[in-house]
Amino acid sequence: MIELSNYVILSAIIFFIGVLGVVTRRSIIVILLSIELMLNAVNINFVAFSHYLQSITGQVFVFFTLTVAAAEVAVGLALIVAIYRNRKTVNVEELDIMKW
Amino acid sequence: MMQVLFYYMAAVTVVSSVLTVTLKQPVYNVLALLTMFFHVAGLYVLLNAEFLAVVQIIVYAGAILVLYLFVLMLLNLRSDARHMHRQWPFAVLILGSVAAMLVGAFAGGGFGGEIGQYSTAYIDSLGGDTQAIGLTLYTDYLLPFEVASLVLLVAMVGAIVLTKKGLVDDQVED
Repeated sequence: MIELSNYVILSAIIFFIGVLGVVTRRSIIVILLSIELMLNAVNINFVAFSHYLQSITGQVFVFFTLTVAAAEVAVGLALIVAIYRNRKTVNVEELDIMKW
Repeated sequence: MMQVLFYYMAAVTVVSSVLTVTLKQPVYNVLALLTMFFHVAGLYVLLNAEFLAVVQIIVYAGAILVLYLFVLMLLNLRSDARHMHRQWPFAVLILGSVAAMLVGAFAGGGFGGEIGQYSTAYIDSLGGDTQAIGLTLYTDYLLPFEVASLVLLVAMVGAIVLTKKGLVDDQVED
């Protein structure tokens, strides 16, 4: 039988890979993909706890996370298109107009 | 059998997550993420969450990743010589040590809590996973459900406003 801690460890590893992507990559698109990784890590945790603690609430919350992820992707990609149209780049190191 | 499947799904999920973060071409990143989503759906099946597994494939793989690929094709980005930040080894070191600490803490187990009433037998008596989620979603979580639909509406309007030319001032001419 698989322990609950196996799922929690897997989820932690994926979450940190996502954080690594956000802090190290230079393309906004890959940063958004890394945010998707983190959201999926959270979803794995929700479903695992929902199964092992026999409560359906975790799965309902995954449903809401999916909704927010879809909204986030729609707005995020629209922002990327707008930024690319204005600045002709999606490299975060070149987007320093608000830098002090 | 379950253990073999779990370790297969976990290994492929971790490897494809690493590929998502490290590969150079954005299209390959998206395809690695697609592999990751499919294997996370497999994990959901192992956890008796069939409805979420199917929703994961339809929404994430079907809608979200297609949107990513669509924007990638639209922007036609050139691949960069240096795709990682200069200080990425430090990030790997720091995040790796924090992750190792957390994994060490989690490995001891001891996760517990109140056991709810939704045992596998109870979910089967309701007619399945989908029915159980639906019953909870449309009774206890009706207000959050309506708020979620509002979030989607706002996101839709926002995406249209942000990408439509002329609505937002785009005066940068260089």
